[in-house]
Amino acid sequence: MIWNEAKECMGREELRELQGKRLAKQVDRVYHNVEYYRKKMQAIGLTPSDIKSVDDIVKLPFTTYEDLNAAYPYGLCAVPRSQIVRVQASSGTTGKSKVATYTRRDIEIWSECVTRALSMAGVTRDDIIQVGYGYGLFTGGLGAHYGAENLGAMVIPMSTGNTKKLITMMIDCEVTAIACTPSYLLHVAEALEAEGLVDKIKLKYAICGAEPWTDNMRNQIEKRLNIKAFDIYGLTEIMGPGVACDCEYHRGLHIYEDHFLPEIINPETLAPMEAGETGELVITTLTKEGMPLLRYRTRDLTSLETGRCECGRTMARIQRFKGRSDDMLVIRGVNVFPSQVEHALLTVAGTTPNYFITVDRKDNNDTFEVAIEVEDRFFSDEVRVLENLRDKVANAIHQAVGIKAKVKLVEPNTLEHSQGKTKHVLDKRNLV
Amino acid sequence: MFIRQLSVFLENKAGTLESVLKTLKENDINIEALSLADTSEFGLLRLIVDKPDEAKKALKGRGCTSTISDVLKVRLEQRVGFLEELVSSVSEHGINIEYMYAASSESESADMIIKTSDLQETDRVLKELGGE
Repeated sequence: MIWNEAKECMGREELRELQGKRLAKQVDRVYHNVEYYRKKMQAIGLTPSDIKSVDDIVKLPFTTYEDLNAAYPYGLCAVPRSQIVRVQASSGTTGKSKVATYTRRDIEIWSECVTRALSMAGVTRDDIIQVGYGYGLFTGGLGAHYGAENLGAMVIPMSTGNTKKLITMMIDCEVTAIACTPSYLLHVAEALEAEGLVDKIKLKYAICGAEPWTDNMRNQIEKRLNIKAFDIYGLTEIMGPGVACDCEYHRGLHIYEDHFLPEIINPETLAPMEAGETGELVITTLTKEGMPLLRYRTRDLTSLETGRCECGRTMARIQRFKGRSDDMLVIRGVNVFPSQVEHALLTVAGTTPNYFITVDRKDNNDTFEVAIEVEDRFFSDEVRVLENLRDKVANAIHQAVGIKAKVKLVEPNTLEHSQGKTKHVLDKRNLV
Repeated sequence: MFIRQLSVFLENKAGTLESVLKTLKENDINIEALSLADTSEFGLLRLIVDKPDEAKKALKGRGCTSTISDVLKVRLEQRVGFLEELVSSVSEHGINIEYMYAASSESESADMIIKTSDLQETDRVLKELGGE
């Protein structure tokens, strides 16, 4: 079902006009209300009147994670603080989180976008949906929750951490839809199979996101649970889940262009790329009030396809992600930067010892291992001292990134070195 | 009496002990006592050698992490119950034994290598007991 046909199926010309109008208004608001952006625009001699249509977007400066960090936490707010009703956050590259602020209207639009995504997957008000994302600063839980409520479905706010209870409620409450990470859903499928309970569930749809996944994973989920699985995309800085979602034809993720203006740029030269070419996805929020972002560099590498989809929607489709233009890892749905691990090691050890991060997927669960070379200065003749060091490092990493790592002590000079520059990460999951 | 012990970090994988022993052999270093502590993830090799500083330098050259620390060496009297007396007199003084292991000696009796939470006090207690 198409939730908002007037918008989701609008003609491309009409859409461009709407985007142009919204862009001009947004730039004007940002210029007058956000000093950070005003200074950036003044520095390149740009005034709001220079932005009249979508074509003018190339004149605007980019926004990066570094800007968010410099303006942390409220520097990019475009409304008085009294109008902010919500704060969400995800991890940043070093100590500080990426904080996003929302007005009541922002929450309404976010809910509408998630409702569109759920409808796209086939979920209706008659469905019973379990939200298996974490509730809290992470946008997954509350984002999916508000969208499902807005749809009128019955929402069960499971959150994460208790698979047994999730399965019991899935069966007893006759759950028909679930929102969670794809790797977690495979883990649930395994648990159901182990207990011989797959026949007992009434599940029909899964809306999975927060981490990259493959067609092979989708096939596995669909086959093993006899359901349909859909991919939902989003990021905290822009809104949260619901920026884009795929329809039953799986031809890419429809991005809700009436709210988010996508561009693809060359991450090296920052020049716009031709339609269909792969580059970095850049998003401008057209209607966001709390924290509007102009040309935010997502660091996700993909391409965009336009042209009407068989489902009837005209919204552009984000193609399969080809990786990142930075070194961010998504582990168990959580964004992890190697620099966070480095920072944690620095706080424990004084200077950073050589380290190596290995990420893998075993039994559909991400594994996260950090190996540290034991230098003379932390070494001791007592086992206890070494175990303390290991536990301290594990705690510091847990605090910094929000998930637990298995810390392993290794001999010096055993970790991989390449071309003079030490390589710090090995991702064995083959997700791209 | 106080002696210097060399401890070497070993990763839990094949060949690490061999590589350490080979390095010591090549540098003409004699091992007088040895103990290997293992955890599920790594091993800790403790050695009494004739030339600890040279050994450490040679191991460093091979990329091995090691450290030299003080421990106590005690001559064990050859009679039933001596070790028990030794341990109980140490613990009576509120001293915690971190680890201990046996070493051979030139005489008929064996030596014991001990690391405690307070080596100075332990040394005093052992002297009272009549140990060397």
